[in-house]
Amino acid sequence: MTAALLTLAASSGHPTIPDIGVFAVAAAIIIAGAVGVVVARNPVHSALMLVMTLFGVAVMFVLQRADFLAAVQVIVYAGAIVVLFLFVIMFLGVDREEDIRSEPLRGQRPLALALVVLSATGLLLLGQVSKWTTGQPSVAGSDTGAPNVNLLGKSLYTTYLFPFEATSALLIIAVVGAVVLARRPPAVSSDEAVDQTPGAEDAEVDA
Amino acid sequence: MSIGPGWYLGLSTVLFAIGAIGVLVRRNVLIMFMCVELMLNAANLAFVTFARTLHDIGGQVLVFFVLVVAAAEVVVGLGIVVAIFRRRASANADDLHLMKG
Repeated sequence: MTAALLTLAASSGHPTIPDIGVFAVAAAIIIAGAVGVVVARNPVHSALMLVMTLFGVAVMFVLQRADFLAAVQVIVYAGAIVVLFLFVIMFLGVDREEDIRSEPLRGQRPLALALVVLSATGLLLLGQVSKWTTGQPSVAGSDTGAPNVNLLGKSLYTTYLFPFEATSALLIIAVVGAVVLARRPPAVSSDEAVDQTPGAEDAEVDA
Repeated sequence: MSIGPGWYLGLSTVLFAIGAIGVLVRRNVLIMFMCVELMLNAANLAFVTFARTLHDIGGQVLVFFVLVVAAAEVVVGLGIVVAIFRRRASANADDLHLMKG
């Protein structure tokens, strides 16, 4: 399989030494971070490992000339999503160590490992034996030459205008849903109601 | 020239597999969410790779949409986790069997 991958690599010209070095380092960071997310016992450590993986993926985006997406990846994922994770972890106070040795379902781990490895191997083999075809190349515009942001913006505001507008509705729905879900239930008992400050009650009425 | 697409796709497959193992094996709901993010990132990496290989910016536009959907999903998912935690005081997926018959 490595030989096949090497021929794939060679088919697009010989990569230079810096390219290989950057790819290898970023790949090592991605894999190490991903393994860290899965095996860390403390959720806070998992979140920090997730940041590592996300930075590695951003490096991969830069390597493939997706500069804008690399910036968005760092800002949105590392800047917003992981901070949200950390905020919820610390808000809930679940940042204590978890015993991951115990296994409530007998045989769950070996079975999960076997299934995933089988699927991944099948996927890699599929990539080796099949050809990638597109009915109509460059539907949304070629990504050669011009700056990445120009092409992405033009495509987003012409071909993909309706999906782009639909995402705004999705985000509004998500915000409203999060507020409704995370708000305290309205039927509070009398002793809990005493604890609440008047400002919090006003905010609830507004919400 | 730069590195060929096969390497990126292989890395994407490995990343996806690690995320899938995490979702299947871990029982902390928050860590399961993080593993879902890993799988989404693997898909994004594959999208960008195909966008470069096929010279089509559409793959990068799709990554943009995946980022938006991932953000919305995390916001709603963490809201659900907070709501559950208020009721059960646990972030363990095995404790959530309220709909069990």
